[in-house]
Amino acid sequence: MALFGRGSGNWLTSAAGRRILPEGWLSGPMPWVIAIMMFLMVLAAAAGLALGHAARGLDSHVYAQATIQIVDANQPRRDAVAERLVAMIAQQPGVASARRIADAEITELLRPWLGGGLADSDLPVPAMIDVVFEEGARDALPAVAARVKAIAPLARIDDHAQWLAPLSGLIGALRWLAMVLVLLMAAAAAFTVVLAARAALNTHQATIDVMHHLGSTDAQIAQLFQRRIATDALFGGLVGLLLASFVILAVGDRIAQVGSDLIGSVALPGFAWFVLALLPLAGTLLAMLAARLTIILALRKRL
Amino acid sequence: MRPGASNIVQFENVGLRYGSAIETLSDLSFDLAAGAFYFLTGPSGAGKSSLLRLIYLAQRPSRGLIRMFGEDVVTLPRARIPGFRRRIGTVFQDFRLIDHLSAYENIALPLRVNGVAEADIDTPVREMLEWVGLSGRAHAKPATLSGGEQQRVAIARAVIGRPEILVADEPTGNVDPDMAGRLLYLFEALNKLGTTIVVATHDLHLIPRVRNAQLIRLDKGRLAQPIGAAA
Repeated sequence: MALFGRGSGNWLTSAAGRRILPEGWLSGPMPWVIAIMMFLMVLAAAAGLALGHAARGLDSHVYAQATIQIVDANQPRRDAVAERLVAMIAQQPGVASARRIADAEITELLRPWLGGGLADSDLPVPAMIDVVFEEGARDALPAVAARVKAIAPLARIDDHAQWLAPLSGLIGALRWLAMVLVLLMAAAAAFTVVLAARAALNTHQATIDVMHHLGSTDAQIAQLFQRRIATDALFGGLVGLLLASFVILAVGDRIAQVGSDLIGSVALPGFAWFVLALLPLAGTLLAMLAARLTIILALRKRL
Repeated sequence: MRPGASNIVQFENVGLRYGSAIETLSDLSFDLAAGAFYFLTGPSGAGKSSLLRLIYLAQRPSRGLIRMFGEDVVTLPRARIPGFRRRIGTVFQDFRLIDHLSAYENIALPLRVNGVAEADIDTPVREMLEWVGLSGRAHAKPATLSGGEQQRVAIARAVIGRPEILVADEPTGNVDPDMAGRLLYLFEALNKLGTTIVVATHDLHLIPRVRNAQLIRLDKGRLAQPIGAAA
């Protein structure tokens, strides 16, 4: 009998299912609250990713370097020791290169403090050797230092990591801060969804009661709400991402204009944009999950 | 009492109390036979609506045992209740139509909840609209329908899923005698298909119009007399 026919079908995803909850698309403040939070979350995540990129740059380029100074007023002896050290260091395991810095370079480096007549003066200038270690071979430094001391006991060895450690620590702390901010924003967004879901439950109390009496399961009712909340969250997330992207590009442009290698190293690598683009999707999933849990936990308190 | 296959509802020493008030229903023990037609009567405040709430699983009793479809529904896990509710049709005294849905969509709702494919919904809904005389009002929202029309939509919604038991609270309270007769005829037709019918009513004139109907009479929350033939 057609009148009482039965079958199957997921009406919740159909237009008929969408009409059960009468509010229009993007009604209420939730999409805009999500947009603001996603805007801040993307900025925080971008800062964290850019700082991570800078930290990796420090690790790979500067951390694995050392400078050796040979201070000796006797210039021929100083040069001879420097030549021996360069030859010895270059043979050490883990060392990528050892290069004596030319006197002309040193003169140029000291020009701001000592003027341009340094080359003609009798002022003793130390010989300097730049040592670059192979990737992951910074542990070779103590062995190299011991051998240097054996040849030149008064040689001074500057490990670049020592003076970069505070900067590295600052970058690490800022990365953690960025990560915490992202998590806090995500938690705030989830709590916003919880509040919105509870408000929606109260608004649609009568409809939910009828649906329950007709035999709707909690999951069916939750699905009605979570789809609407997911739509709002996705819209808000995309708006937030778009606005944040403009800000990131503008800040990146300003950083490039500074012309500093150190500041310039705080840049977003290519994969970071992919990560940032995933944030609205992750936010939508989080919103759906928060909505579903809120609705189902609330419905469980009823018969 | 052992559950019998012919009894769709069994009450044993059932009591219902709201909060700390005195019991609204006390010591109710009776069986409702599958496929039978019952009128539930009694003065206002006798507990008719509360008894119906227990039958359509809107409430658990404060004490006693209720079996429906052969299973104890007092301790029934909450997750299984929707499955039981789909076997029960309910006509509420206040209709409880969803205001923002049309008459058509309100009537289609039980079928959709039950997973009926969209392609199989239109025909039964239109047949049901015709049965209750509302073919021309299919797309009207409840607010634009008269009380009687809303009641007919509520009845159509309750019976379209072909429930095993139909519970109706004053289903003819807002309709004229002619429509009341048509609705009773619909209930009888459903009853002949095997649905157990329980109609709570103040209108004692309705009772003789249904052959073989039985009477449940409540007074002050208790059965006033054993369930028996109405005539």
